[in-house]
This record gives sequence, C-alpha cells and structure tokens, in this order.
Amino acid sequence: MNKINVITGHYGSGKSNLSVNLAIEAARSGRHVTVVDLDIVNPYFRTADFKELFGEKGIELITPSYANTNLDIPALCFDLERIAAEENGCLIVDVGGDDDGAVALGRFADGLNAGGDLDMLYVFNRFRYMTRTPDEAAELFYKIETASRMKHTAIVNNSNLGCETTAETVESSLEYADQLSRLVNLSVAFSTAPKSLGMDDRRFKSIDVYVKPVWDR
Amino acid sequence: MKGNEALAEAAMRAGCKCFFGYPITPQTELAAYMAKRMQKNGGVFLQAESEIAAINMVLGAASTGVRAMTSSSSPGISLKSEGISYLAGSDLPCVIINVERGGPGLGGIQPSQADYWQATKGLGHGDFHLLVYAPASVQEMVDMVVKAFDKADEYRMPALILADGLLGQMMEPVAFPEIKAEMPDKSSWATNGHKNKREHHIINSLYLTPDELEKTVLDRYERYAVIKENETDAETYLTEDADIVVCAFGATARVVKSAVNDARDQGIKVGMFRPKTLWPYPNKEIKKACENASKVLSVEMNMGQMVDDIKLALNCEKPVEFFGRTGGVIPTPAEVLAKIKAMGGNN
Repeated sequence: MNKINVITGHYGSGKSNLSVNLAIEAARSGRHVTVVDLDIVNPYFRTADFKELFGEKGIELITPSYANTNLDIPALCFDLERIAAEENGCLIVDVGGDDDGAVALGRFADGLNAGGDLDMLYVFNRFRYMTRTPDEAAELFYKIETASRMKHTAIVNNSNLGCETTAETVESSLEYADQLSRLVNLSVAFSTAPKSLGMDDRRFKSIDVYVKPVWDR
Repeated sequence: MKGNEALAEAAMRAGCKCFFGYPITPQTELAAYMAKRMQKNGGVFLQAESEIAAINMVLGAASTGVRAMTSSSSPGISLKSEGISYLAGSDLPCVIINVERGGPGLGGIQPSQADYWQATKGLGHGDFHLLVYAPASVQEMVDMVVKAFDKADEYRMPALILADGLLGQMMEPVAFPEIKAEMPDKSSWATNGHKNKREHHIINSLYLTPDELEKTVLDRYERYAVIKENETDAETYLTEDADIVVCAFGATARVVKSAVNDARDQGIKVGMFRPKTLWPYPNKEIKKACENASKVLSVEMNMGQMVDDIKLALNCEKPVEFFGRTGGVIPTPAEVLAKIKAMGGNN
C-alpha cells in the first residue's frame, strides 16, 4: 500500500526538517521511501540539501532540476502524479512555504487526492512571525488549502526556538496547538521535541535536527 | 525569525516610514515583509521599477526628514551606487542593506562577502564614506539596523548594513529592544514645506565653484575624523594569549569561532577578532587583539578583500595570511582549522 505524506506550512516552520525525519523513520522500517522537494519559492534550506544523507539511507530524492544551483527559476521537471501512482512504499512531499509554495501542489491535486493513503500535515511553529496566534495560523492553514486545492488531515506542532529550544519552549506550545486544533477541527498528529532534550514521553515525538548552519554541523 | 525578516521588522521599529525596494535573491523576504507590514505601521512600501529608481526615491524621502531605507543584493547595490553617492553628497541620512551574493556580474545566489571593497572603499563616485556595519547573527542584524538609523541621523550620512545570503536566509531567535519613539530634530535642513514661515531649505550635491565644493567635502571629512575616533566596534574572542589571531566579519566569524573552539580543544593558542564596523575600521581594537600574536589570519567569503585593512591597522608589523572561499561557497570549520594548523599554531 502506498502511503503519501504531504507536508505544508509557513516559511521556516520546519517542514524540511520534519520531512527528513519522517523519511528516515520510514526507511528504517524497511519501506521504499521517495522524498519529493516541491519547493520552487525559496532556494535555501530545503530537502534537496540532504541528497548525500538520503543516498546513505537508500532514500530516493526527487527535486526541481535546478535546485541548489544558481539558476533561480521555478520549474518542475517531474510528474508528481505518476510518482505517486508508481511509488509502492512511502512518498513524502515537502511543499514550499505558505500558500505561495502550495500553488505548485495544486497542479497535482487531482492525482494526489485520487491516490492511496494520503496524509496532508500542516506544520506550525508558534514562534514564527506570521503564526504568532492560533487565529493567524488558522488563516494560513486555509490559504494553503485554497492554493493547493487539497484538504489537510492533521496538524503538527513543531514549535521551537532553534538552538535555544528548551523543554519549556515546547511544553508552552501545547495549549496553542490545542487551540489551533479546535479552530481548524483537526487533531494534532504529534508535537515535536528535539532529541537532545530527552523528552520521550507520550506527548512528544523526538526528532533529530538536520537543518542547521554550517558551524553547528 | 529569518535574518531578512528581522532586518525589516527592526527597521520599522526604528521608525523607518519609507521603504523602496526591488526584488532580488537572497534579500527578497525583506521587501516581502515590508509589503505585508509597512502599511499597517503607517508607512509607505513601494516596489520601484528598478534599483536605480528605488535609491532615488530614498533620496527624495530622506530629504523630507523621514527615516527611509532600501535593500538589495550585490548586483542591485551596484546599480544603486550613483544614488548613494548623491545621498552622501547631499548629506542625507538613510539605511541601505546589502544581503550579498556571489559575484562578479550576475554571479550566483549563494552567500558571499565579495562586496567588502565596494562597501568600504567605493560605493559610488567622489570623496565620501558610508558607515558600514557587519552583523554576524540575526540578533545583531536587528541591533545594527536600529543603530544604523541613529548614527545616520547623527552624522547626516548614509549607513550600510553589509550582510550576506547566509545571514539573510538563516533563522535564529531574536529579541527586539525597547526603541525610543522620539525622532531626531531635522527642522534645520529638512525640505518638508516652509509654509512661508522660514527660509526654504535646499538639498543639493551640485556646487557651482570648485572652492564651494571643496569646502563641503572638507566639512564632511571633519565629521569623518570624529566618526573614526568614536564609532569603531569589534568583538574579540580568546585573543589574550593567542599566538594566531583569526580575523573574520559577518557570518564567516561564526564558522571561525567554531574552528577556534576546535583548535583550543586541541591546545592550540588561537583567538578571533571580528570587526563589527567595517568603516570606520576598528584599528585600535585589532592592534590590541593582536598584541601577543605572532601571526594573523584573515578568513573571508571572498578572495581576501579585508587583508589590506588588517595590514594597515597593524602597520605591517605582523604577517597576515589568508584563507577564503568564494563564488557562493561557505568555508567549513574543518577547513579553517586545517589552515590554522598549517600556519603552525602553537600549543
């Protein structure tokens, strides 16, 4: 059975980092995994940066032809619908930020909606400037649905303050997550916490931080 | 916040009421943020038809005494250079942001610091300087934008924030300082309407006789002397006992600090000097930081544009070596550490 995860959210909400985590987790369970980098609105900090890591883990990576080159043009040279139909394991689609990035997803909406077991996850970080309140996060949630012509199935709380994230940072976001959940009438699939915090209780999904500056690697 | 967003938010909080821009990677988020927020803040956001138009709109707005800003990335800053010279020649305060990318020419969209010479020596024709600030974190982008507006007003001259694509695109937590709402009094020169109640003011960079023009330049250079004395700023890190001092500005200093820590772990006596103002260059500060060093290394994302300034500041008394990557390639801490070891960093 083909499992499709579509990851959307605000610029810088942590979509790519979550996509890498989900891909590695799925690969560990022995499934064939394909990651599609669908970001044609921002050329930096993207899943295409993890080509080498994916190679080591046997994860297939499909990116816009000019990703990580100096040719900054919004061109997609692959057919996501065909990839979705042919993939026989797990497909992760990392969408560009905001409704701007979700427009590219809309091009493939019909095929994806008709496909297999689909989850469309809305990732939010309550500390990002456009989603400071649950109302703002809900507004963007619906804008992304309109632009992509698809419906989210759950929300993911990825609230963090980068390298300054503490247990308190992530714990303080749980109430916000509940409020947003009520506003958009969808459940919180999970809340994330960086593995380094050791918060392995049932409230959090521990994730690795892959997207970080060169001096922290 | 992302660096570009933080620059925009800081500018608005510092009282910037007019932003004129034109899109270019990797600074576009700055203009996009301004487009979303400026009007709600009671200001003007305008996407001009070109970089040249944008900088001349800054000149017009600054003439009326409001805080005005423009931003671009390397090729766009080159286009603005004529207008920047006119702003300097008209003694007008404003803030210009350069989120550098690889060059020359159209170059690339990855981070670079290859506009050091342009920013510190030659951003436009004529005898003049800009205040040049080089942030190394998103927080410092915020602090320096606020400072740049204040200092530009104080000295009636343009100030430039020399950032790079790495800082512009990266995300770090930031805190916004309390900013005083009171703006400096510009009533003695601003062209904001005399209403028949005072002599009219003239903003101009054209003078009809050489003597007149020379006098305006000499007056400006008197101010520059005060700035050189009072406005230098730098960070030193583990330099007291350092045998090698590594100099770096902007994002590269983050890489260098990482390499310095790795070297210290291996017992190598190395420290870091980071100029926060590139003009005026912190000559006194670097001299002091290198007091006990036998060698100096400059690490940059260019081909060594800061090396001569270091040599001049040190009166060529110490050898200055260079390591850099260019064209959008970011040096790694491991590469910098290897260079420190190759220079024979002593334990």
